[in-house]
Amino acid sequence: MVAFDEMTGTGAELRPAYEALDRWLKEAPPEMLALRRSQAELFFRRIGITFAVYGDEESTERLIPFDIIPRVLTKPEWAKLEKGLRQRVTALNMFLADVYGPKECLKAGIIPPDLVYRNACYQLEMVDFQVPHGIYCHIAGIDIVRVDADTFYVLEDNARTPSGVSYMMENREVMLRLFPELFAMHRVAPVDNYPDQLLATLRSVAPRSASSDPTICLLTPGQYNSAFYEHSFLADKLGVELVEGSDLLVKDDVVYMRTTQGPKRVDVIYRRIDDDFIDPLVFRGDSVLGVPGIISAYKAGNVTLANAVGTGVADDKAVYSYMPEIVKFFTGEEPILKNVPTFRCREPEANAYVLDNLDKLVVKEVNGSGGYGMLVGPHANKAQIETFRKKLKAQPEGFIAQPTLALSTCPTFVASGVAPRHVDLRPYVLSGANGISCVPGGLTRVALKEGSLVVNSSQGGGTKDTWVLDA
Amino acid sequence: MHDGNHAFPHSRFQDAAPRIAKRPDLTMLSRTADSLYWVSRYVERAEYLARILDATMRLTNLPSSYGGAGTEWHSAVATAGCEETFAKAYGEANERNVCDFLTFNPDNLSSIRNCFALARSNARAVRTALTSEMWDALNSAWLELQRFEKKRMDREEFARFLDWVKNVSLVFDGSAYRTMLRDDSYWFSRLGVYIERADNTARILDVKYHVLLPESEQVGGSLDYFQWTTVLREVSALTAYHWVYREAVKPQLIADLLILNRRMPRSLAACYENISRFLDALGDAYGRHGPAQRQARKTLANLSNARIDSVFQHGLHEFIEDFISENGRLGLTISEQYLQ
Repeated sequence: MVAFDEMTGTGAELRPAYEALDRWLKEAPPEMLALRRSQAELFFRRIGITFAVYGDEESTERLIPFDIIPRVLTKPEWAKLEKGLRQRVTALNMFLADVYGPKECLKAGIIPPDLVYRNACYQLEMVDFQVPHGIYCHIAGIDIVRVDADTFYVLEDNARTPSGVSYMMENREVMLRLFPELFAMHRVAPVDNYPDQLLATLRSVAPRSASSDPTICLLTPGQYNSAFYEHSFLADKLGVELVEGSDLLVKDDVVYMRTTQGPKRVDVIYRRIDDDFIDPLVFRGDSVLGVPGIISAYKAGNVTLANAVGTGVADDKAVYSYMPEIVKFFTGEEPILKNVPTFRCREPEANAYVLDNLDKLVVKEVNGSGGYGMLVGPHANKAQIETFRKKLKAQPEGFIAQPTLALSTCPTFVASGVAPRHVDLRPYVLSGANGISCVPGGLTRVALKEGSLVVNSSQGGGTKDTWVLDA
Repeated sequence: MHDGNHAFPHSRFQDAAPRIAKRPDLTMLSRTADSLYWVSRYVERAEYLARILDATMRLTNLPSSYGGAGTEWHSAVATAGCEETFAKAYGEANERNVCDFLTFNPDNLSSIRNCFALARSNARAVRTALTSEMWDALNSAWLELQRFEKKRMDREEFARFLDWVKNVSLVFDGSAYRTMLRDDSYWFSRLGVYIERADNTARILDVKYHVLLPESEQVGGSLDYFQWTTVLREVSALTAYHWVYREAVKPQLIADLLILNRRMPRSLAACYENISRFLDALGDAYGRHGPAQRQARKTLANLSNARIDSVFQHGLHEFIEDFISENGRLGLTISEQYLQ
């Protein structure tokens, strides 16, 4: 399987977007690239961009490897992607409003009702509750893969608490510092207005009872969370307080934060804590990360949670396979972004095919994330395949399967020099009362191991700066 | 560590303006204030431990005819305020055990290593409340510390390590002084410095009070002289002493310098002058003065009105013990009033 390379296409040509970069790479001595890479690493280490990897006891703080060669998209490529992203996120929000409200899409038979009702992420608390301004998924991260010059697939919708946007911004910051000459050769669309857009989005969805200058805060599980760096980075860029559960209290259905001058009212909470942990009175009673009573304040209309509670039902991998129908049903348009062809193992015929072709397919747990609970058939050994066979037979509805895609590759600076490595793309889409916005590009993740398709940072993937050329 | 500066001549650490908190109404999370306060306390404590070790090394390096009763290392542990944990972990208070215990021992909550670890962990939790310069000082220190920890250090290397610890404190303190906005976050961080510093100076006096008492002066001789100068070294005041008193080193004047003299930045009086000043700034900004302000003012008044001969008359040791518990109480009051 020969993958499409974003610089050289199928191997022979040089795609126009990469012309200047190619020239530069040919002239740049390898020592210089190595030096710049170590400078970049030093930079990340010193400003403390680290990432905690679960199950890695030796070092709780690790750097995500950063590749210094940017990934380049042209303006028309991005324009098409952006249109598709807006459409997809619009549909996600309409779908959520529907499944917690009139349930038209279930009545119309677009999606099997049990996929919604029996979904662990479907929150009964949210049924018939009007979220402020009707928006559920304020911040979405849509994972995109590319397979040829024209085809982009959505691999996964992240509608809960997508992370990684700080890497998008810091990668650009480092590139600007290390390679000013490259930016002189390219017109790269900036990404540094993301925090402003995010702040505007959060302000726009303040509850109606809030003052005209709403108080916003970012709720983190704390410094041992893998994304803590990002939480503090964003709070800082937004100019809002970074709070932990214990900093907030609820009185008479109003949320306050504990300050040196006593309690202060909070109107909008950008929460980076999962539903399960956000309120021990409603969800997991053993959660010490959450805020007792916050859901009651939410339902009284005194505080906005971004994202809303219960958005997980929309990014579930089983629901994912119905997204093309969902997009069509709610927007009345053909989906601009395609789904990866997906076998729903809950359907007996599909499961039979999957069981026969385990060595060729990627099998994913419907509720898994971050590359855990996943079988990559072509790279798996016999024992791993057999384990999944048993799982699939025991609980077929817990899985979907997809063909192994030839993810596009990008030139990447590795030990042996510059070589192609597989990449994906996570653009961030913001939905507020004033519409949808999306900074050009997003986070490119790269599988640094030769031939590997797993780009997750928790499994040794790295990141690249993503350039959308303005001309 | 220094390579970083060459690698990034235009680093954000230099060209970024001091962070301006976007808080039109002056207030902050109690947890943030608490962390700022403790970050400063831990850095100050690490420096203090380095000073104790440095001064003790010097004292024990003297030829034995000048040497003391051989209890210098025990006294170092006592001055650091962790005799009990030490006794549990080690048998004998000798150079190796004490140095190990006070520098890298992970089980000693107040080892230099743990002070830096706790300072960084507190800082990390409230990173946005620190300026990037302050964070950089702590983060770089933590990375560098791990290099020291891996080395087998001879005396020369160990001395370099102690100098480095003092230097980290200077850089951190200087960063705070030069880059922080003068608002509540700065005041809480300063309060941490001075409450800790007052405690440290008082503990030196608490352990060494006997060498300052008149009886020991009568014994005379070189032994006491070097004990006294060690006390001065522990607060880096040997030169200051001569500038202030222009006299030979005398125990009563040492006590005066460390307790009552406001010109001496580590004296109890100077610490309380600052504590009271920063508490008043908070009280003014928040529009309310409470028990912490009153308590600090009272202690400052006591220190201002005292004379060193009457302190000796009423008992130096009792005076110091009272001070240490007063200072501890003020820490609790500040915590109750602002940090919870």
